[in-house]
Amino acid sequence: MFWTYVAILLVLIITAHLLGRTKAVHVAGEDPSKLHSRPGYHGAYLAILTAGPAFITIILWLLVWPGIMEQLVLSRMGDIAEVLSKPELQAFIRDAKAIAFGGIVGFTDAAKEEAARHFASIQQTSQYVESLVLAIMVGVGAYWGYKSIHPALRARHFVERSVMGLLMVCSAVAILTTIGIVLSLIFESLMFFRKVPVLDFVFGMHWSPQSAFEGAGAEAASTDAHIFGAIPLLVGTLLITAIAIFVAAPIGLLSAIYLSDYASAKVRATAKPVLEILAGIPTVVYGFFAALVVAPFIRGWGESLGLSVSSESALAAGLVMGIMIIPFVSSLSDDVINSVPQALRDGSAGLGATKSETIMKVVLPSALPGIVSALILAISRAIGETMIVVMAAGLAANMTINPLEAVTTVTVQIVTLLVGDQEFDSAKTLAAFALGLLLFCITLALNIFALRVVKKYREQYD
Amino acid sequence: MTNIAHENPEMNTSRVHTTDAARKRLKKRYGVEWRFRAYGIAAITLAALCLVALMTTIISSGLPAFTYNYVKLPLDLTANRVDPQNPAGASYNKIIRDALKAEAPFAASRNNRRTLYALVSGGSNVILQRQVLADPELLGETREIEVPLSDFADLYVKGLITDRVAHKTGGELSFISNGDEFTLSSSAPDFKVALSRLEAYLKEQSSALQTRVNNLQNSEKLAASRVERQQNTLQNAPLDRKDIETQKLEKLRSTHNAVIATLSQQKAKLTAYSDRLNNFSNKQLEETLNHELPSFFVIVNGGTLKINRLTETSVTGEVLVPFNAQTTAAQGQWQLQELTLPEAERKFSDKEIAYTDYLVQAGAIESHWNSIFFNSGASREPEMAGIWGAVVGSFWTMLVTLALSFPIGVAAAIYLEEFAPKNRWTHLIEVNINNLAAVPSIVFGLLGLAVFLNVFGLPRSAPVVGGMVLALMTLPTIIIASRAAIQAVPPSIREAALGVGASRLQAVFHHVLPLAMPGILTGTIIGMAQALGETAPLLMIGMVAFIVDIPVSPVDPSTVLPVQIFMWADFPEPAFQQKTSAAIMVLLGFLVSMNAIAIFLRKRFERRW
Amino acid sequence: MTMDVLEEKTGIKGAHMATAQAAINMQENKPVKMQGKDVCVHYGNKQALFDVNLDIRQNEVTALIGPSGCGKSTFLRCLNRMNDTIDICHVDGDILLDSEDIYDPKIDVVELRARVGMVFQKPNPFPKSIFENVAYGPRIHGLAKNKAELEEIVATSLQRAGLFNEVKDRLDEPGTGLSGGQQQRLCIARAIAVSPEVILMDEPCSALDPIATAKVEELIDELREKYTIVIVTHSMQQAARVSQRTAFFHMGILVEEGFTNDIFTNPEDQRTQDYITGRFG
Repeated sequence: MFWTYVAILLVLIITAHLLGRTKAVHVAGEDPSKLHSRPGYHGAYLAILTAGPAFITIILWLLVWPGIMEQLVLSRMGDIAEVLSKPELQAFIRDAKAIAFGGIVGFTDAAKEEAARHFASIQQTSQYVESLVLAIMVGVGAYWGYKSIHPALRARHFVERSVMGLLMVCSAVAILTTIGIVLSLIFESLMFFRKVPVLDFVFGMHWSPQSAFEGAGAEAASTDAHIFGAIPLLVGTLLITAIAIFVAAPIGLLSAIYLSDYASAKVRATAKPVLEILAGIPTVVYGFFAALVVAPFIRGWGESLGLSVSSESALAAGLVMGIMIIPFVSSLSDDVINSVPQALRDGSAGLGATKSETIMKVVLPSALPGIVSALILAISRAIGETMIVVMAAGLAANMTINPLEAVTTVTVQIVTLLVGDQEFDSAKTLAAFALGLLLFCITLALNIFALRVVKKYREQYD
Repeated sequence: MTNIAHENPEMNTSRVHTTDAARKRLKKRYGVEWRFRAYGIAAITLAALCLVALMTTIISSGLPAFTYNYVKLPLDLTANRVDPQNPAGASYNKIIRDALKAEAPFAASRNNRRTLYALVSGGSNVILQRQVLADPELLGETREIEVPLSDFADLYVKGLITDRVAHKTGGELSFISNGDEFTLSSSAPDFKVALSRLEAYLKEQSSALQTRVNNLQNSEKLAASRVERQQNTLQNAPLDRKDIETQKLEKLRSTHNAVIATLSQQKAKLTAYSDRLNNFSNKQLEETLNHELPSFFVIVNGGTLKINRLTETSVTGEVLVPFNAQTTAAQGQWQLQELTLPEAERKFSDKEIAYTDYLVQAGAIESHWNSIFFNSGASREPEMAGIWGAVVGSFWTMLVTLALSFPIGVAAAIYLEEFAPKNRWTHLIEVNINNLAAVPSIVFGLLGLAVFLNVFGLPRSAPVVGGMVLALMTLPTIIIASRAAIQAVPPSIREAALGVGASRLQAVFHHVLPLAMPGILTGTIIGMAQALGETAPLLMIGMVAFIVDIPVSPVDPSTVLPVQIFMWADFPEPAFQQKTSAAIMVLLGFLVSMNAIAIFLRKRFERRW
Repeated sequence: MTMDVLEEKTGIKGAHMATAQAAINMQENKPVKMQGKDVCVHYGNKQALFDVNLDIRQNEVTALIGPSGCGKSTFLRCLNRMNDTIDICHVDGDILLDSEDIYDPKIDVVELRARVGMVFQKPNPFPKSIFENVAYGPRIHGLAKNKAELEEIVATSLQRAGLFNEVKDRLDEPGTGLSGGQQQRLCIARAIAVSPEVILMDEPCSALDPIATAKVEELIDELREKYTIVIVTHSMQQAARVSQRTAFFHMGILVEEGFTNDIFTNPEDQRTQDYITGRFG
């Protein structure tokens, strides 16, 4: 249906454009130079007035209608919404929609058939309503627009202002995204904090949400606040991040220094792509590598030394995450090191300093704020990284700083809590959003800090 | 003559830099310089080694999955097996099994037949049915048709289950039948090598076991001390924590008990091994093999004997594939083969190996391009699972992502770069975009779950939602790249356009944008490549579901390539490990080609002003 | 020393020797510290210097003048091999320091640059304290045995650079916080602290105001007593004020060199004449 509307609108746009143009030329007495705006703009003017409002309506309709329609159907289906659990209900609705509108049907039964009939009938009615509304909009817009075309009409201004409006809306999408993230995280987290006090969450030392319903059954009304303590997750996250930075910082920094100050053009031409390829490899691949190769290797190595190493050791995940952020560190440091003015290097060389003396005593101290902020960005990246830890780190929230043991991280827990069937209003699911909020706040703070440092640093040399 | 300075030393300033001490210091400084440089080279080499290790692992484990082994069988598709009016109703399973039975008639017992049937894929009947339905011409006669092997049989044929070593033999072999078993005697001590291999294996195993036992003893002590500590904690715990602490204690206790159990088990095994090793020197005794030791086969006269007991000159064992016992086998006419991995440690039994070998010998097995892998969707059967469903899912998702993020991103970049007044509002947008680029991807997944799924009620697992989430995630990348490209267009171009009376909008759309397009496209492709490899946010919106069908539109439930990789990586079957690597290779292939296009665009159209 | 050789060496013809000024200069004719022989420089395919032969004499200020792009800075940077940092730059011919070829592979470039220091066009103090800026060179070359010696070197260098009284109370403040003229004198102090034999100055006053320029010029004149100085300048007045000898470059060619007075009062070459009278450049 959507595509039909779009096709109709396209036809309308073209027609309106031609109409507007013709009328403009006509009112100008076949002399377009008498017009304020060229005829094409009159065409575009009419086209926008005709199709614009309708188009916006279609988009809004598309976003809002499915939810409304489901509610309408469920209200006619009686108590089915109470009987079925949330995931069952979602499957039910999906199957019913598939029966009604075509698609892949899981299996069918009488209730689904009935729901499908409701869907079909409501959809039918809604289509009439929608078509009528759109037709009125198109008609009014086209009539009003057509009537207003005359030589002095500032059609170009109208068109340009519309385009400008569109551009502004697009640039606001970024803001809307942030607002969406913040609002959704805060909203869900607030629901969570109604069940579990904030302080118990942020400072709690014990995390085992899987045991939330073990004893009392799924109907347990009260949630045990003590099993939602985020500290073990933060400790695990920081442990893995620390290992990763320990790997990535020296390697990334030294590579950047070598490439910018020592390497010949030839070496640069081969080494840079190596780093770029490392940067382009999807994290799920790193995760696979960590789980398949690195973790067993570390385990075997530990056992040969007589150490007991968990098969999901923090070390394996940390090492691989370190490899992943090497290119991140090196490219950021490269930028920073290159922005140290050549005059300083010349000044040092002119005094008879060797290259390494120049780098260690002049370039690096000058670039220090930039390098620090690069490392902070890398840390923030490592904290938010998901797939490597989901695949290579553990699920048990151990409070330990032993890199050979299994730890879990914030992102791992978000994935564990949200993947699979879920009830949307349980404390378990909501806890994922609280963790998401925590993650967002931490990374945001790190990013803002790092970007500010970089900016200050740039200003110093500009 | 010319006056040269050093002939008049009294006129010199102090020569501090050419003294011996200065030269010595200089040497030391060059040592530091050299070391520093070496660190740099080491860092780059290390990064390159990581890449090499990653790539070789993936390619070496993924390459075998690109081919598959099929068994070619004369399948009876005549009218008495398949009704031409209703070809879908026939029992293709039975057709395949009968053909197999005919191929290896010796596998007569129920048990043996079951082993034989298990060598072909459980999905082969479905594949055959599909083939027949697609091409009814096949019906009406018995045809040689290929059906895929089971995943383990395929791995075995590829040599990925166990190593095989053929040992040299020098004697003539004679046969004595005694009931179920055969005794084979050689005129030379041909089985000595097997005995020494066994001894070596036992030694290796018992030393490994010894280490394991030592480790376990340490862990046992550790676990015991943990239990003790937890007991103390429990005693001192406040009332409201008692439950939790008790639970913890129970957990630690059960861990401790498990460790004790494993320890005693391993100790017993170790004792058994060392007993055996002690007896080994007595060469007169017969050695008995079991499934925890490497297997030895005698291949002779078209059959296979699995050795159960052996001395230096004779072996006794069970016949897996019958051989001609009427004549003796001359020197060089028979083989002693060792399967180095014990039967207990592999999921492909000695019997299955012997049967597969038989089929290979009969020339029935052929290796082909693995079309199933490229043409089918998800499946629990490793040999039936393919990436096509995920590739199509990725395609729909990327289409939605591109359709949203490209126009919005470019429009936003144009506005911010060309038209936006420099005020607090636009500054806020800028800061916001920079920060958005660094928000962890999983947070976008949470946004998608909370807003697109729960507020707007859009379908779960659908590429359209995945595409929307990824579009929001890619947007900052595209905006930043597009702004840079627009910024690189010199102001003189705009001024020229404005000078001939174009409006600002016209100047931008007619002149600036076309010139900035290569840069914008490059940024877009790089952003899309990022989105293509992204996994975490899609897990949040349910694209991790197990979906067999190939999605036909962006609203059908589907999965994407990286998520498919994630799911397969979790499956225990070794065949899935290879599929995972192969799928990674496909994904990397897409990414490399996208980046190659980006590089090409940059090289071809980049203009320096 | 015969007259002929002297003539050949200095490029001063008998006719000019008649003037009183030339006679005074004659008496002050100093030993040669650095010597360029047939120096050619290429940047990639483009030749920047053509067969330059020039002697730099000890305890004199030699000024290199000429229109921009004439190769004077290029020649200066050859004297302590600063051109090495530019990949595409290629130097032919010999440059001798105390009759040793500095482009000889045996010569160590770090040692060379310690002996031939450099002050740049734009003041480029390190983003460190004033003290650290001056102490940097002595530190890397290990010139001071202890802290006291180091402090002495820093103080002396600052004093010689005429900066000590202005900054003695704020040695810990960043060098970048000084005024432009002070920064440049700091850079000179930094160069002096290494105890070089020759100091190269690449338009040291081009970024400074007239008052700061006057101070730096005064300083250069004082430094002549201890060091050999080569200065590139685009200002003829400056060359006339501070230098004893002047070399005029034009389009990569050393057109004329000699005592500053002679060059400015009585140039031989028409191009020199045109340049100093302001017809081009």
